[in-house]
Amino acid sequence: MSVIEVSNLTKYYGKARGIVDVSFEVEDGEIFGFIGPNGAGKSTTIRLLLSLIYPSSGSARVFGKDVLANGPEIRQKIGYLPSEVFYYEGMKVINLLKYSASFYDCDCDARIHELAEYMELDLNRRIDELSYGNKKKVGIVQGLIHSPDLLFLDEPTSGLDPLMQRKVFDLIREENTRGVTVFFSSHILGEVQRMCSRVGIIREGSIVEISDIQTLQQNNYKKVHVVADDLAPDSFNVEGVTNLQVENGTQRFFFKGDINEVLQKISQFQVTDVSIEEPTLEEIFMHYYE
Amino acid sequence: MKANIYRHEFRTRSRSVIIWSLALVAITLVFFSIFPTFVDEAALFDEMLANLPPELLAAFGMTGVNMSTVLGFYSFIFLFAQICLAIQASYYGFGLVSIEESELTADFLISKPVSRTEILTSKLLAALTCLAITNLALWLSTFIAIAFFGGSRPYETRALVLLLISGIIFQLFFLSVGLVVSLLVRRIRSVTPYALGLGFGMYVLSAFSGVGGVSILELITPFKHFDPNTILQQGGYDTPLVLLNVSVSLVSLVVSYWLYMRRDIPAVV
Repeated sequence: MSVIEVSNLTKYYGKARGIVDVSFEVEDGEIFGFIGPNGAGKSTTIRLLLSLIYPSSGSARVFGKDVLANGPEIRQKIGYLPSEVFYYEGMKVINLLKYSASFYDCDCDARIHELAEYMELDLNRRIDELSYGNKKKVGIVQGLIHSPDLLFLDEPTSGLDPLMQRKVFDLIREENTRGVTVFFSSHILGEVQRMCSRVGIIREGSIVEISDIQTLQQNNYKKVHVVADDLAPDSFNVEGVTNLQVENGTQRFFFKGDINEVLQKISQFQVTDVSIEEPTLEEIFMHYYE
Repeated sequence: MKANIYRHEFRTRSRSVIIWSLALVAITLVFFSIFPTFVDEAALFDEMLANLPPELLAAFGMTGVNMSTVLGFYSFIFLFAQICLAIQASYYGFGLVSIEESELTADFLISKPVSRTEILTSKLLAALTCLAITNLALWLSTFIAIAFFGGSRPYETRALVLLLISGIIFQLFFLSVGLVVSLLVRRIRSVTPYALGLGFGMYVLSAFSGVGGVSILELITPFKHFDPNTILQQGGYDTPLVLLNVSVSLVSLVVSYWLYMRRDIPAVV
């Protein structure tokens, strides 16, 4: 069953582009990575799914229900951590969390203390005394207290130190093994690679690729590096070659397609060095951006 | 209506309610405390007033006021109370949803399992409760002031009650107009200038309408819709003006709901 179904979702802010014709599905129980540079439309997509903003066209369903028609009902089972966290400044952390919990049908007191202890969060401080990282912790606890079935994380680890980042990842994995579906938006590839089973890549408001992380790395692209004496700039004009870099005697490129075609080309030269390897996700990512 | 939002909104304004209430109590008691000495010199004062240009008197709503009666004197005080009530209600109106958006806490609230209608209704009711408490303080201090300093001079209770009731209707205008304006402009960075502009601006319009005799201004400003002088002297409201006032408030509220239901909550850029 799909927990999130987005079809042809488009959002313009006046004339400014938000997202254009975005479609994808997120399956029950998976951690779906949503990656793209700043301003690509990651937050716009999440905010549309939460009805913080309304689409210009297209539609979205969460738990099989239309987000516009059933917003409050859907949000009962959603946890949301915004990329920038802002809370009522004059409140104490504990009061904010209790206020947050009061919106849900749950007895969340025990959970608040459990999560706060795990995240090393002081419940008796005032929100306006907290550092950015600590506010982020409040955000994470606040998104989890009501044991949601679907979690939207918009750049969850920005502002956290590496130790705390690891704790957050462990927490998310733990929630995921309980059956929670996670929509993980980030521009940091390493963490997406570690956490997610599938990724969607968004660029300038449009989805450019949706696939398994493994497929993305293994089947699609090879990173080829050839050193030979008499290479010409057009030696590898095979279809599927991209990002060709030519230095004297060395050529690097990405290749997508039947690798034999490239091997045949290479065999025509007196090669001094050659390597064909999996690109890192980082490199694939940069490739999509350029 | 969501009780938790209502409670939260009410708590947020509790300090402001106390301050406004105390201000109104102070204005009423301090002003009225000079009434006994004032009455003794009333003849002198009326003579002085007669020598002032009528435009000036009109600007302060003092045309035809007999300052030596309880209600005549009180109508003068009530004008100041009205200015306070107007600014307070405007402040709540402009800030009702815009503060949440400029401090970026709107994401928190709207991502909760509540509808926009429930949010706005809870917020409005909380603000109205705050206004009602302020009005209550004004009522109490008024009756206490009259009991203490009014001596045994007679006054018409019905007219006074009508005047005091007008306070909350008067505030509803500023609350709802402030709200609708805050939803029409894209973003309000600071509420104070807007609130002072609307509240005090309407008073200035009313003062001008007294000076210039321009009757169109009378239609615009609630200070004219609920002119204390008129209410006390006639012992009743100027019905067409009050109906106009209430209509503007109700239309503003309906439009506010319509706008808020469709509003895109601004995010950090």
